[in-house]
Amino acid sequence: MSAALLEVEGLRVGFGNGTQAVRGISLSVARGETHCLVGESGCGKSVTSLAVMNLLARGAVRTAEGIRFEGREIAGLSEREMGKLRGDAMAMIFQEPMTSLNPAYTVGSQMAEVYVRHRGGSKAAALDRAAHLLGRVGITAPGMRLAQYPHQLSGGLRQRVMIAMALMCDPKLLIADEPTTALDVTVQAQILRLLQELQHELGLAILLITHDLGIVARMAHRVSVMYAGRVVESGPAAELFGRPTHPYTHGLLACVPVPGKIARGEPLGSIPGTVPKIGPGYSGCAFRERCSQAMPACGAGDVPGREAGPEHRYECHLGADWTARLAAEAAA
Amino acid sequence: MTPAIEVRNVEKVFRQGTGMFSAPRFVRAVDGVSFSVPPGGCFGIVGESGCGKSTLARLILGLHPATGGDILVDGRKLSGMHRRERAKLIQPVFQDPFSSLNPRRTVADIVGMPLAAQGVGEAERTKRVNEMLARVGLTAEQGGRLPAQLSGGQRQRVAIARALVLRPRIVVCDEPTSALDVSVQAQILNLLAELRRDLGLTLVFISHNLAVVEHICDEVAVMYLGRVVERAETDDLFRRPAHPYTRALLASVLTPEPGLGIPDVGLGDSYPDPANVPPGCRFHPRCPVAQDSCRSVQQAARAVHGRSVECMLAESL
Repeated sequence: MSAALLEVEGLRVGFGNGTQAVRGISLSVARGETHCLVGESGCGKSVTSLAVMNLLARGAVRTAEGIRFEGREIAGLSEREMGKLRGDAMAMIFQEPMTSLNPAYTVGSQMAEVYVRHRGGSKAAALDRAAHLLGRVGITAPGMRLAQYPHQLSGGLRQRVMIAMALMCDPKLLIADEPTTALDVTVQAQILRLLQELQHELGLAILLITHDLGIVARMAHRVSVMYAGRVVESGPAAELFGRPTHPYTHGLLACVPVPGKIARGEPLGSIPGTVPKIGPGYSGCAFRERCSQAMPACGAGDVPGREAGPEHRYECHLGADWTARLAAEAAA
Repeated sequence: MTPAIEVRNVEKVFRQGTGMFSAPRFVRAVDGVSFSVPPGGCFGIVGESGCGKSTLARLILGLHPATGGDILVDGRKLSGMHRRERAKLIQPVFQDPFSSLNPRRTVADIVGMPLAAQGVGEAERTKRVNEMLARVGLTAEQGGRLPAQLSGGQRQRVAIARALVLRPRIVVCDEPTSALDVSVQAQILNLLAELRRDLGLTLVFISHNLAVVEHICDEVAVMYLGRVVERAETDDLFRRPAHPYTRALLASVLTPEPGLGIPDVGLGDSYPDPANVPPGCRFHPRCPVAQDSCRSVQQAARAVHGRSVECMLAESL
């Protein structure tokens, strides 16, 4: 039995209009580990997280060779069985806390409902636990907050409430989809720090979905870079940032302005063009039209998976030393 | 040299709660902001939501009347100037290219609208629109499309073309890349830098993203609850922030460098509320180094280490 808490193999998601949002991806999250799924809008990262929880909108078709949680196959579970897992052993937090909290109920009653539904017991006991967790996520005067409605809280407080609510049933896996995108930078740092603390304390496994490479670098143990429904590169964070090997990862990192790194007036690296539309029967590398290194082989057929280092994989026709080769050619 | 744009002690007070029985409340969204930008300069304004940076942009653009102070372009006051006159001097690029473009008009119509409003004839208009589209990297064929048929980055190019078609002196960019993916953001930032250089534009660049501001601006103002708490040359500000809020803001920037972890910004869990500004220094409830005097006295802007700072402890930090 492997140490992975969540294992996804060969996941595919298609929509009724022929769009292939996720095209055969595999990933795993170990206990106590943060796995970041990073990519730009439309790459399939959010669809992947929803597919794992079986929360896809009607009309989406999910197939997978396997989705295992604690070694148990959950791809075939009924809605009723999945409902028992969601909010219990697997919890989720979303980008915009205002749309995921019910505006008509107090914070306390929403938090208590999760607990009573999964664990039973009295509402009073559940409220006690809710107050305890609100304190744990750094909310002062938790008793007062329990009686408040979501609109009475600031964005940062709402996201703390969402996190506390996700923790109500001691989850083993937390799926966080862009949890800080709607927040200010100082609040973002506070919320991410809180997630890290909770992970150490509770041994949480976190699947973190984000578009922000800064967050990935600071939070992730392991990273999967998604592009047009495929994981094009994956590996331990230090490896991946130290030696980005897929031309997309390489280009993406060059696009990020870093204070003090690029002189003012120098252009940032950028990736020309836009993401192609992927319909049925698409073949070849989806990045080829934007890739500076594209070659005829990229036009059709499967893209080979290669190793760039220990546990560091990427999907490309280029050998792992292409950047070094390019630099040598430029120097010569 | 006359600055391209000068903002003198500008303020904006909104009246809130005009219910029949409740006393009106006043929100001072912009409170005595001053700065000037030399011709061809790029001035950055950073701050978090609710700090008044977008209100300031709207005041500069004349979309809200200011309740106090003056805004001058090339030494001429904007207040009282006719809209059509003002439009030739100053133009906006907004954050969301999905809602700032009319969905029922073609790209060429959208870009040509400012020209039409100035009474430019059709032949001249078509020529200038096509020039401008080419300048921002769009084809004439794309000029015939609707905004919905373009990607986010292309739409932001349309917004930039519309802003530049009158050849304004000043472009106010309010979070121009916040809705875009990072690879597209880089394209747009490079385009803005190029246009600024080639056309001699003066930019007022508003953003919450410090890394972007650091890359593109010469001088930066940090806003907190309506006031500029620190204003400095970009390099000085980033190398040696003097205001505790600037320090916290810089500490929160997450650069893609693994192993550094998430910084402790040390701001506590209270959040600023523009409708309820604390007495004294408005940052004191969150300030890690606040002293008793900070709770009652608002330090006026003063020069410390070659910059302007509103903090009485700036030297000792």
